[in-house]
Amino acid sequence: MEHYLNLAVTSIFVENMALAFFLGMCSFIAVSKRVSTALGLGLAVIFVLSVTVPMNYLVLNYALKPGALAWVHPSLASYDLSFLGFLTFIGTIAAMTQVVEMTLDRFMPKLYAALGIFLPLIAVNCAILGASLWMMERNYDLAESAVFGFGSGVGWALAIVALAGIRERLRYSNPPEGLRGLGLTFILVGLMAIGFMAFAGVQL
Amino acid sequence: MQGSVGYNLAFAAAVCLVCAVVVSSSAVALADRQDRNAALDKQQNVLLAAGLATDDEKLTADEVAARFAPMTQVVVELGSGAVVDDVDPAGFDQRAAASDSTRSRVAPENLARVVRLPDAALVYEVRDASDHLEMVVLPVEGLGLWGTLYGFLALEGDLRTIRGLTFYEHKETPGLGGEVDNPRWKALWTGRLAFDETLTPVIAVVKGRAGPLADDPYAVDGLSGATITSRGVTNLLQFWLGPEGFEPYLTRLRAEAGG
Amino acid sequence: MSKTRDALMDPLFNTNPIALQVLGICSALAITTKMSTALVMSGAVVFVLLFSNLFISMLRNQIPTSIRIIVQLTIIASLVIVVDQVLKAYAFGLSKQLSVFVGLIITNCIIMGRAEAYAMQNPPGISMIDGLGNGLGYAVILAATAVLRELFGSGSLFGVQLLSLASEGGWYTPNGLMLLSPGAFFIIGFFIWALRTWKPEQVEQD
Repeated sequence: MEHYLNLAVTSIFVENMALAFFLGMCSFIAVSKRVSTALGLGLAVIFVLSVTVPMNYLVLNYALKPGALAWVHPSLASYDLSFLGFLTFIGTIAAMTQVVEMTLDRFMPKLYAALGIFLPLIAVNCAILGASLWMMERNYDLAESAVFGFGSGVGWALAIVALAGIRERLRYSNPPEGLRGLGLTFILVGLMAIGFMAFAGVQL
Repeated sequence: MQGSVGYNLAFAAAVCLVCAVVVSSSAVALADRQDRNAALDKQQNVLLAAGLATDDEKLTADEVAARFAPMTQVVVELGSGAVVDDVDPAGFDQRAAASDSTRSRVAPENLARVVRLPDAALVYEVRDASDHLEMVVLPVEGLGLWGTLYGFLALEGDLRTIRGLTFYEHKETPGLGGEVDNPRWKALWTGRLAFDETLTPVIAVVKGRAGPLADDPYAVDGLSGATITSRGVTNLLQFWLGPEGFEPYLTRLRAEAGG
Repeated sequence: MSKTRDALMDPLFNTNPIALQVLGICSALAITTKMSTALVMSGAVVFVLLFSNLFISMLRNQIPTSIRIIVQLTIIASLVIVVDQVLKAYAFGLSKQLSVFVGLIITNCIIMGRAEAYAMQNPPGISMIDGLGNGLGYAVILAATAVLRELFGSGSLFGVQLLSLASEGGWYTPNGLMLLSPGAFFIIGFFIWALRTWKPEQVEQD
């Protein structure tokens, strides 16, 4: 249990997807002008990450890895399809976002209306694919993948909501012309990243 | 015609087919080369720890193979220290073994923060013509500041003196903990003693400077500004040289040499 | 002729994918601690962008609209796999350092963005040039960031020591912050500031 808690804390704070690994930056910068929209996108990312990382774990371990196909027929055990990783992962992600979108539309129309426009954006968010690739690199097991997916999502959401909060306040400030908008946002994110570095080495 | 379900399906199938052919043929054509590279990379790290290669050298595949030739790869059972005969050392992946629940166990509470211990580990032995042990290279790993450090520790034939230590994978802060890669720091390890007279692993990275070899044989200079990384290195070495790590194996080797 | 020149030159400074359109930043920041990784990454992106624009433009009249995104993704992902396989076979050390970031080229918004916005509407030749231009625009920022980060962070360029480090008995104490993530954010931020001071029409009004 402690191990999973530890993994969650690490993925939320220490190895924050956005601030330490620069993943999901495009939407991170583009959709952080308001807290409300940032929160919507953040929730969608948590949701999709918690589903796709364990999902891709199953795909990897029951279809792609060397020997993974043995459950279909022992003679297939010698095939190593891991080079198809990128393609199947992005496929799973695109399919899952579509499924999530349709499910929400059918059963939770309110949430769908709130998240609606962000869901298609998520398929090409590098944080989502990145988490799956990391799961593969680090050999997580199923439970670890689930915790890691959820934790990374929470970390990303936390970062974007915090950034949006700061940017809302910034509208009242008067920075130099050229720095306005994008430039200042980057410098802000840099300062936030320094703040998050204080979590380095945190272990439960 | 365009926009019908049949057309869409046919188009998707055609795209898949073309992509599949391109991707598979590139993967199959390059697979051998990639496997060779991965094996070469690992051998090079072992050579670095053993002091048979330096960081600056750009070795060709043949040179690595030549320098690696005297090394015998041995899979040993951690609990008993005995050689495992029924596993092919060339295909043994220790990290995969450690994450496979049928070939590993949960590690007891330890300072190196190793979570799972594999049942067996891959070590490298160098023996002279009369089968006398000259050197042994052990894989070590443990938590630093940001993540796990993976490396190799090389011991001389007396199984007490350190020949070299190298980390081939880590995430420590560049310039501070990342200095574990610094050749000048790595050179400090050579000649230090890993075990004291009672064969307890006492080698440690100390704060500040360690004394000269003669007075202070069990200590190595600390990395300035990287207390947690330094402590991590101490912990991981003491763990892997201790009873949960390679102690049974080293005890067996000592008994063989004595007897 | 001028259309060709515009397709090639515009993305370098006027509509730079990173500095103006905020596309493809993830990898731009993560692999710029060294010149060598930055250049290999740029090469990989230029290659993928060239060919994804070419193939998608060739198929633009055949691709059914309802499945075009997944078709584009499939083509891009296949190209990325080929690049990844080649890197693993011929530049193993670098491909290890780039780790998952080669795979993340798939989700690099520049590539999807150009496929959707340009290649779907234009013939193959000019689409390739657009791909090249945008790839170079990406490469320019990557190279500039990497020069600053490697020079001030480790005192070297392409791994060759230029400033002698204090820890080796020299005079330069490297600025470790440059190699960490905040350093990258600061550099890109200042870079955008400089670009917009030079070309004031890019300043955002809101």
